[in-house]
Amino acid sequence: MIEIDSVSKAYDGRRVVDELSLTIPEGSFCVLLGPSGCGKSTTLRMINRLVAFDSGTIRVGGEDVRRVAPEQLRRRIGYAIQSTGLFPHWRVEDNIATVPRLLDWPRARVQDRVSELLELLHLDPATYRAKYPHQLSGGEQQRVGVARALAADPELLLMDEPFAAVDPVTRAVLQTEIVRIQRATKKTIVFVTHDIEEALILASDIAILERGHLAQWGTPLDLLERPASAFVGEFVGGGSSGLKLLSLRTVADRLRPGETAAGEPVPMDTSLRDAFAQMAARHSDRLPVSDAAGRPLGTVTLADLVR
Amino acid sequence: MLFAVGAAAVLGTGFLSIAPNRLLSGRPIGLFAATDLRLGAGIGLIAGVLLLMSLAPPARGLQRAAAALAGGLLLLIVGAAGNAAAALATAAPPLARISLGAGFWILFGTAALALVDALQRAGAGSAERSAVIATLGLASLAMAHCGLFDALSLAREYRSHEDLFATALVRHIVLVVAGVGPAVLIGVPLAITAARQPRLQGPLFAVLNLLQTIPSIALFGLLLVPLAALASAVPMLAALGVGGIGPAPAVIALILYALLPIVRNTVAGIAGVDPAVIDAARGMGMTRRQLIWRVEVPLALPLLVAGLRIVTVQLVGLAVVAALIGAGGLGTFVFEGLGQYAADLVLLGALPAIGLALAADFLLQTLAAVAARHD
Repeated sequence: MIEIDSVSKAYDGRRVVDELSLTIPEGSFCVLLGPSGCGKSTTLRMINRLVAFDSGTIRVGGEDVRRVAPEQLRRRIGYAIQSTGLFPHWRVEDNIATVPRLLDWPRARVQDRVSELLELLHLDPATYRAKYPHQLSGGEQQRVGVARALAADPELLLMDEPFAAVDPVTRAVLQTEIVRIQRATKKTIVFVTHDIEEALILASDIAILERGHLAQWGTPLDLLERPASAFVGEFVGGGSSGLKLLSLRTVADRLRPGETAAGEPVPMDTSLRDAFAQMAARHSDRLPVSDAAGRPLGTVTLADLVR
Repeated sequence: MLFAVGAAAVLGTGFLSIAPNRLLSGRPIGLFAATDLRLGAGIGLIAGVLLLMSLAPPARGLQRAAAALAGGLLLLIVGAAGNAAAALATAAPPLARISLGAGFWILFGTAALALVDALQRAGAGSAERSAVIATLGLASLAMAHCGLFDALSLAREYRSHEDLFATALVRHIVLVVAGVGPAVLIGVPLAITAARQPRLQGPLFAVLNLLQTIPSIALFGLLLVPLAALASAVPMLAALGVGGIGPAPAVIALILYALLPIVRNTVAGIAGVDPAVIDAARGMGMTRRQLIWRVEVPLALPLLVAGLRIVTVQLVGLAVVAALIGAGGLGTFVFEGLGQYAADLVLLGALPAIGLALAADFLLQTLAAVAARHD
């Protein structure tokens, strides 16, 4: 759990973070979202004390971060950034082993951990261990960056726009991966982005920041359905908040059990947005729905989508 | 172009020169007059083939052949000089001096340039270059050992200074190492400090730049008074060899000269490290010391080694001047030769100094290639 309690930070007299209070629960995938200059990166970097805050307190797991030596604190917290920051003179293996070696893990344990992480990130250890960062594609570099952040099994992972610099296809793959890893490891992740689509895909909780204040805290659904202010509504929805809402719910939520309809059934975890697209393509206002094994469950109708 | 210079040298200047004794200046003797006709013809033939090769379309194999030919030409020119000197010496009085003439040096220079050029075009790696240098060196040593150069006055100067030569060479190397070593030990921490605190850079570089602009003899002179005073005040230092003249002021001056390139290159190297890399290193919990020694210095290493290369070559030359204040080294021969108006004695000091500079340059270039391997 991370408790940020009325924290402020000013640069040259201008407050970039202003009396911010925020509690991020254990195991949350929390996205800090907002336009540039809203203080989201600064907030992230205050958690591991890369930025010193002027007032307030931050506690990680109940412990005041200012009571721990910054190096000790940072070794307990994973850190991944946009331009990866991989060490160009070290091999992939050495890069991933950075924090375990700082913590003086035994050699064999470091070796095993590197292999385990490369496999977790779907990079073949035999192929990638001994490569240098410049021999990797942008997506592979970012995978190594994430592996490095996870290396010492930190309780908390801080990620500062880690996927902003990769191409859209690779970004989508990496987003799926990080969600999978978060579900599997149950780690608390604080993730900074300015991309609302990315936030909706990744987050279990979203904190929207506006000029150093917390504008709203909630689940993606909360933000779309009940924006707390015109700023949040505008930032989250723009002109298409309805479509974004559809993408957050699945046909399982609107199922008419037992009913039947003609045509190829769609799986029950299909988003309402995709179901809507199917109806438009098939010129039909009714779709059959099946479970993961392909057994028919019922139907969903056009009227159900907008209910 | 090279060939034209070479040809002009052969026709226009003396390949060797002969003088009745050590002090008088010599009378030039042309290549074809001096050497066996077959050697002269061989030199002309190889040079002609090299000219044709340089006109042909570039190909790796051809360039390798050209390099081999140029290497052979170098050896042939050196051999021909020795051979011709021996022939002249039999007919000359025992006090006569036979020196290498302008024609020899120009021919030697053009052949060496042709060799370097061919190696470069052939894309030769450092291993191949080392092999070429070693082959040429060994072949020259073998020729010297057979007494091929004995008639040349350079060899006679060597013979008469043989006992001093090895000492002077070693002393010269010691002076350079004693200058570069401490300069690295002082310069790298200075550079790290300056990289951390950019406000220090202005004054620091002002001082170091000023030191560089002081002429070497003036700096030796400036150090003379304080060191002499220090030595008389602290007898223990005097016992250690510190004094107004001798190696101590020379080494101090060399260190001061070496500081600027080392500090400047290291600061530039550290400043060139990607800020994201430093952010990541700090974010993962490296201490300041770990950040410096595990990340910043290794990444600045290629530039640091480049600075070291400049400095070492520079100090080999400056250490020659150090002989003026009694520091010893190869400069001893240079100044002794100048004083006696004996050009060959000057060469006995100057040629090995040039060789040392080239060797140091080559060695550190190889090291720089290794340091830059990962980027």
